[in-house]
Amino acid sequence: MIPAAFAYHRASTVDEALALLSEHGEEAKVLAGGHSLLPLMKLRFAAPEIVVDIAPLDELRYVRLEGDELAIGALTRYHDLHHDPVLAEHAPLLAHVAGSVGDQQVRHRGTLGGSLAHADSAADLPAAVLAADGVLVARGPSGERRIPAAEFFVGPFTTPLEPDELLTEIRLPRQTGIGWGFEKFTRRAIDWAIVGVAVAGKAVALVNMAGTPIRAHATEEALAAGATAADAAALAAEGTSPPDEAHASAEYRRHLARVLTARALRQAGIA
Amino acid sequence: MKVGIEVNGREVAEEVEDRTLLVHFLRDTAGLTGTNIGCDTTSCGACTVLLDGESVKSCTVLAAQADGHAVTTVEGLADPGGELHPVQRAFREQHGLQCGFCTPGMIMASVSLLEHNPKPTRDEVRTGLEGNLCRCTGYHNIVNAVIEASGQEVDR
Repeated sequence: MIPAAFAYHRASTVDEALALLSEHGEEAKVLAGGHSLLPLMKLRFAAPEIVVDIAPLDELRYVRLEGDELAIGALTRYHDLHHDPVLAEHAPLLAHVAGSVGDQQVRHRGTLGGSLAHADSAADLPAAVLAADGVLVARGPSGERRIPAAEFFVGPFTTPLEPDELLTEIRLPRQTGIGWGFEKFTRRAIDWAIVGVAVAGKAVALVNMAGTPIRAHATEEALAAGATAADAAALAAEGTSPPDEAHASAEYRRHLARVLTARALRQAGIA
Repeated sequence: MKVGIEVNGREVAEEVEDRTLLVHFLRDTAGLTGTNIGCDTTSCGACTVLLDGESVKSCTVLAAQADGHAVTTVEGLADPGGELHPVQRAFREQHGLQCGFCTPGMIMASVSLLEHNPKPTRDEVRTGLEGNLCRCTGYHNIVNAVIEASGQEVDR
């Protein structure tokens, strides 16, 4: 499979990338690690006329502790997130989840910003960032804006990013010593989750239980009101709208959400 | 566009279409057909090569993304005198292959795995190679081969 023809541009600075995006608008797609975009282009679900490769932007590869927040460059790869000692200490959920995406080869290419901007509800990292109350930083021609994760995932593969904006940084409140858990059910080792659950403290986010990653509000409210983990987990599928398709029925996904939430809460040390 | 990649220590530079995939550049432009195309969907790992020393699936990388970088394929592992790389030797010794189609990708993924984790457990080998499929299902001897290549005793 070969992508439809496109013109390849390589940006060497953020400003150059923004200029290319401004010039080409909706005709252009940003290429980071390429592990979401290139498969879509090979299947011709996506056929951008212009591809803007931002891989040379080393300025967007970092994990830094800034006061009570972690700042993560959007181009930081899954592999580097998984092995980063600062992240392991202060955002252990994200460090763990990054190590469970795809396989070794995928983790050598895929980036945090790429996964979030792609906004696949079946992907793990968007749910992890949502559970961790992350904030996404985008840069555009008129400057920088911050979008809370809760407002970033607006629909399947849909975000508020404008065609001339670039996701540059992800900020997370520092979660040193927090209880956390992550569970996902896949048909094969490297598949997307049929259902996944990310727990950070008493925040619970679900993978593939709606058109976007979502918080399990009923479970969170029950925990806040003092319910046991088992009782709270029984509410995990409330308010969800899981896909109903060949790999798993909606009802099966609701069942998985309850079971996996119970396990993830246990991992997080919630009784 | 003009793409120049250092393939197995040799500079290969050629004018190619912007949409050229790395695996096609390696097979058709560099003439190195050791890298196989299996699923063509980032699943099977048959096309695994090292990009700047790390394993990647070359069906999901543009040649343009590797422009100016170094790629190692299975042909580049043995030393110029013909002495096999320790991972190649171990695959032969342990019979870590059946039909052989997945073998170049398995070997390159194993080299990268051992680079990050020089003494893996059997479980770590299986997890580390989860992105490589052997449709003969010959995984047991593949795990043995990686354990042997790491200098550990193969416990059958």
